Amino acid sequence: MKILVAVKRVIDYNVQIRVKEDNSGIVTDNVKMSTNPPDDNAIEEAVKIKEAGKASEVIAVSVGEEKAQETVRKALAVGADRGILVKVDGAIEPLAVSKILQKIVEKEKPDLVFMGKQAIDDDCNQTGQMLAALLNWPQATFASKIQIKEKSLEVTREVDEGLETIEVNVPAIVTCDLRLNEPRYASLPNIMKAKKKPIEQINASDLGVDTKPRIEQIKVEEPPKRKAGIKVASVEELVQKLKNEAKVI
Amino acid sequence: MSVLLIAEHNNKEVKPFTLNAISAASQINEDVHVLVIGSNSEAVAKSISLVPNVKKIIHVNNSIYENYLAENYTSVILKLSESYSHIVCSANTFGKNLMPRVAALLDVSQVSDITKVISEDTFQRPIYAGNAFATVKSKDKIKCVTIRPTSFDPAPTSGGSAKIQNSDAGEASEISKFVKKEEIKSDRPELGTARVVVSGGRGMQSGENFKLITAVADKLNAAIGASRAAVDAGYITNDHQVGQTGKVVVPDLYIAVGISGAIQHLAGMKESKVIVAINKDGEAPIFSVADYGLEADLFEALPKFLEELNKLNTIQK
Repeated sequence: MKILVAVKRVIDYNVQIRVKEDNSGIVTDNVKMSTNPPDDNAIEEAVKIKEAGKASEVIAVSVGEEKAQETVRKALAVGADRGILVKVDGAIEPLAVSKILQKIVEKEKPDLVFMGKQAIDDDCNQTGQMLAALLNWPQATFASKIQIKEKSLEVTREVDEGLETIEVNVPAIVTCDLRLNEPRYASLPNIMKAKKKPIEQINASDLGVDTKPRIEQIKVEEPPKRKAGIKVASVEELVQKLKNEAKVI
Repeated sequence: MSVLLIAEHNNKEVKPFTLNAISAASQINEDVHVLVIGSNSEAVAKSISLVPNVKKIIHVNNSIYENYLAENYTSVILKLSESYSHIVCSANTFGKNLMPRVAALLDVSQVSDITKVISEDTFQRPIYAGNAFATVKSKDKIKCVTIRPTSFDPAPTSGGSAKIQNSDAGEASEISKFVKKEEIKSDRPELGTARVVVSGGRGMQSGENFKLITAVADKLNAAIGASRAAVDAGYITNDHQVGQTGKVVVPDLYIAVGISGAIQHLAGMKESKVIVAINKDGEAPIFSVADYGLEADLFEALPKFLEELNKLNTIQK
C-alpha cells in the first residue's frame, strides 16, 4: 500500500501574527514558519502504518513556494521515503490545491491520501474533502483513530456530538485531527539521512491546473479589541460585580 | 436567485446551529429554501416549515439517509444546485465535512466559516484562529458558504408556514458506510450553545479536581469547558475542548479557571460577552481578555466562589 501525505508550510502556531498596515494581509517576512500542526499528525500516522508493515511507501507532497521544500524535508526526516514539491507563486486557494493534488494522485496512484484536517493560516478546512470529491473517493474527515482492514479503513471521527465511526473503501482520503497520535521529533541522524532523500520539483503551471484565485481578498483587519478589564481583589467582589454590574448571574 | 440551506438533524429534530445558519442565509437573500435529507424525517421538515425566515422546504426522505454521509448528501445537493445562487450550511463538523465536497464538484471556491454577511457576494471571515478577519468577495457564479453559527442569532421557530415539497433521492454511495456514533450524553446545556461556560485548564492539576468546576457549573446551569492542555493531560475528554482545535463558544459568561490563555484557547472564547479569569499567575495572558480577573489560587477561590453563589437569593438560569 502506498500513502501520499500532503503537508503545508504555515506561520508557526506559537507566533502572534500581525496584520499589515495597509490591510492587505498578514506580515510573513522574517516570521518563523513550520509544518501545519495536524499535517504532522498525518505524516506520523503514515509512517506508523509503514513501520507496522502495512504500507510500502510514504510520499510527502507540498504545494507552495520554493521554501515549502523545508516542510517536505521535515516530513522526510520523520520517515517519509520521498518528496514532491509543486511550486506556485503567491496565494493559492484550496480548490486549486485539490486540483493539483488530483494530478499528483493520478500520477503516483496511492491507495491512501492523508493530510491535516485544517490549515491554521486560512482556516478553510476544504482541501481533503475537495480532493475526495474530484477523485470520487470516500472521505474520512477529522480522524482520531484509523484501523486498517483488508480493503477498507475504519475511521473514528471527532464530531460535535462525540465520536462517529465510519468505514471507507480504499482508495480513500483521511483528514487528521490533532488527537490521532503524538507526532515524533526527527532525530539528528534521520535529519541527515533526509537530506539524501529525493524531492521532485514540479511547476504547478506544467500540470495544466488553473490556479487563479476565485475569491478576492478585499481587506484583512485586526479583530475588534476587547476593552481593558479590571482585576478584582476578592471572590466576594467578583460575585458582586457579576451580579450587579455585568448582570450575568 | 435563492439560497439553498442544508439542514442538520437526527431525523427527529433539527440541530440548533441550523437555525443560526438560517438567520445568516436570510441576510444573504430573503428567499431561503431548506433542504432536509433524511429517513423518516417528516417531523424535521415540519418543524423547519414553522421558521418564518424559510420560504420553502425540499424534503428528500429515503432509508438510505438514515445516517449522514457526505458522499450520499452531495449527489442530492448537486441535482438541485442549478436553481440557486447560494448553497449554505453551518460551519460545524457537519457542514465542514459536507460543503467542500459539493463545492469542488461545482468547481466553486468555497467561503468557509463566515461571521458577517456584507452583501450577496462579500463576507467577513476569521483567519489565523480569529487573530485577524478577512473581508472576501466570491467571484464564482454559485457561492458555497459555511456559516459560523455563534456569530448569528438563531431564527425564530414559530409563526411560519413554508410549503414542503418532496424530492427524489440520489444514488446511494457504496464507497463509505456509517458504523456507529457514540454521543456523549449530558444533562447540562451543550457547550456550543450554553449561556454560561466554566472551563478548567492545566492549573486544575488532575481530572479529579474538575469536580470543583462541576460544582460551580451545576450552580450556574453551565456547560463545562477545558483548554487543550487539560485535555491533552487527560483531565477531561476532548468534547469539552474550547479553542482553535476544539469548539468556538460565545456564552454570556465565560469563566476560565487555571487557564493561562494560549492563543489557541483564546481563539475559541474571546468573543464571549463577559469573561472571568481566575489564575494565580498575575501575568497570564488570559487576563488581557478578561473583564474581571481574580489573581488567586483556584483551590481556594472556587470553593469560596460556590459559597458566595449559594448566598445569592436568585441565579439566572
